[in-house]
Amino acid sequence: MAVSSPPVDLSAALVLKPVAAVDWLVILPVAWCIGIGAVLMMVRHRTFLHPPIAVAALGILAGLDATLLWHVAQNGPVTMVMGRWLPPFGIAFTVDLTGALFALIAAVVALAGAVAAVTDINDGGRRYGFYPFLMLLMAGVSGAFLTGDIFNLYVWFEVLLISSFGLLVLGAEREQIDGAVKYGFLNLVGTTLFLIATGYLYGIFGTLNMADIAAKAGPLRETAPLTTLIALFVFAFAMKAAAFPVNFWLPASYHTPRIVVSALFAGLLTKVGIYALIRVSVMLFPLERDDLSLVIAAVGALTMITGALGALAQTDTRRLLGYLVISGIGSMLAGIALGGPGGIGGAVFYALHSMVVMTALYLAAGLAARLGGGFSMASLSGLYARHALFSALSLMLFFAVSGLPPFSGFWPKVMLVKAALDGGAGWLAAALLFTGFLTMIATGRLFLLAYWRPAAAAAPSAQDAVPATALLPLIALTAVSVLIGLFPQTLLGLVHEAALTLDEPSAYLHSVFPAGSAP
Amino acid sequence: MEPVFSLLTGIFLTIAIYLMMSKFIIRMLMGVVILGNAVNLLIFTSGRIMREVPPVIGPGLDVPAGPVANPLPQALILTAIVISFSFFAFLLVLSWRAYSTLGTDNTDEMRVAEPDGTPLPPLGY
Repeated sequence: MAVSSPPVDLSAALVLKPVAAVDWLVILPVAWCIGIGAVLMMVRHRTFLHPPIAVAALGILAGLDATLLWHVAQNGPVTMVMGRWLPPFGIAFTVDLTGALFALIAAVVALAGAVAAVTDINDGGRRYGFYPFLMLLMAGVSGAFLTGDIFNLYVWFEVLLISSFGLLVLGAEREQIDGAVKYGFLNLVGTTLFLIATGYLYGIFGTLNMADIAAKAGPLRETAPLTTLIALFVFAFAMKAAAFPVNFWLPASYHTPRIVVSALFAGLLTKVGIYALIRVSVMLFPLERDDLSLVIAAVGALTMITGALGALAQTDTRRLLGYLVISGIGSMLAGIALGGPGGIGGAVFYALHSMVVMTALYLAAGLAARLGGGFSMASLSGLYARHALFSALSLMLFFAVSGLPPFSGFWPKVMLVKAALDGGAGWLAAALLFTGFLTMIATGRLFLLAYWRPAAAAAPSAQDAVPATALLPLIALTAVSVLIGLFPQTLLGLVHEAALTLDEPSAYLHSVFPAGSAP
Repeated sequence: MEPVFSLLTGIFLTIAIYLMMSKFIIRMLMGVVILGNAVNLLIFTSGRIMREVPPVIGPGLDVPAGPVANPLPQALILTAIVISFSFFAFLLVLSWRAYSTLGTDNTDEMRVAEPDGTPLPPLGY
């Protein structure tokens, strides 16, 4: 054992500088969620402890993400590598403005869901593990938004998918089992396609670090079939995001679980697919995205219009909202297809707005069912007479999802329509506006029937007292939507900056490979 | 060696897709298993198949002497095996539960969540 090996130059392989304390923020959201999830598993039989721990933890998570966003806005993208291995060998977590914005809004949405679940998820659901699954879901979602390594992105996809399975079958009713089978198989195919694309990407590039891929893509364009590769990625992420021809899993399953679970899924899961699509197609392969832009635009237009038409045809409020989720995905795809700071910024802004508003809408559908005795539009009636404040909140959300001012849906729609007109794609602008019109009809009819229609004589007896924990998250999320709509400057500035970083990722690359350590 | 493995991957994928297009969940499950293995083979082949020399650095050396096998695809595959196996385990239990609750493993008859012939929403009041 006394044999001393010759001194090794570690600086070629390891980060030797101690990591600045503030850089730990990059990894902290994920580590925090996993840690709290483990704590909740340890106290799984003391279900009365779950809500306070989870709500406090998600509040702190939102604080962490807000600090991270502030840090990134001040200093540009931040990188941290696992095990101190230098990139591209170590798995890198790289956060730019896009990732930080998505992570912050996801934490806010999850916090609202956790508060709403205090009354919506009963003791049995908690014993089964609602809150641990929620924390692990957030670990997967945060990890997907913060990672800078494409295989790591796949792993976080799987983490959030497995957690979502647990949440989806919570209660194990017949409908849930049926929905979960379709959701499970189709999402498995989607993530496997993502893994296949990642395998090919590794075969072509020999690296999985996103910054490294972006830097190496230039010379490889001559020889490697990159357009085929990116088409595979687009297909896989479109499946995750529920874009038109491959969206059948969403309306088949999103209306089956507990309403809080539906709300969280609507806010978080499909947007991870959109985020991954933005990251891969815009930042890593911009030229190939240009080649495919017409395909993505057509898929986006079909997604938004079929989604809105589907919403028009539904009787069940939850299924109506499921189709509105799909319709929103179409608008984001339109932004990705248009490209440039306007289109990408519009897509990012729309995704953030959709996370808040779709979650709030599902929570509102849950409250409407609590007040009116069901989810069927044939029987829901007289909600306005029963609870005027709740009806006002619902109406604001209906306007927001249709893209009317002064709510959060208006600005991204303006950005997207402007980008479409500037880019000479008038038909896409028309599709966006037509979708807004159809959405307004669908939600307006829901308001007319469920809220304005006088209560039927045989209406089920209502529980007039709405618990504060059910109303509070709805008020908070609606307030976020209204504030974004009234004071959009801050978010518009951030989104524009985020889109510029995605469009010209030199700051991102520089964060991973500081000057002098080119890959 | 790579062309042989590419063909093998293609055969695996063909069988997996054929099985997954079946109406019966038990066949779809088998398709899932084969699909997972097809992807593992694909990643393995993508990493280039080199010498059968394990990537171990000898004593007193900083770098391996001579070409060695690429360890990264094996690490990726290990991750993918764990994930696909846990997925399969979950789907197996879910399918069994679906069979005992819904009484069928034919997906055409699984219409509980989306019943046929739901009425249109009311046109007015």
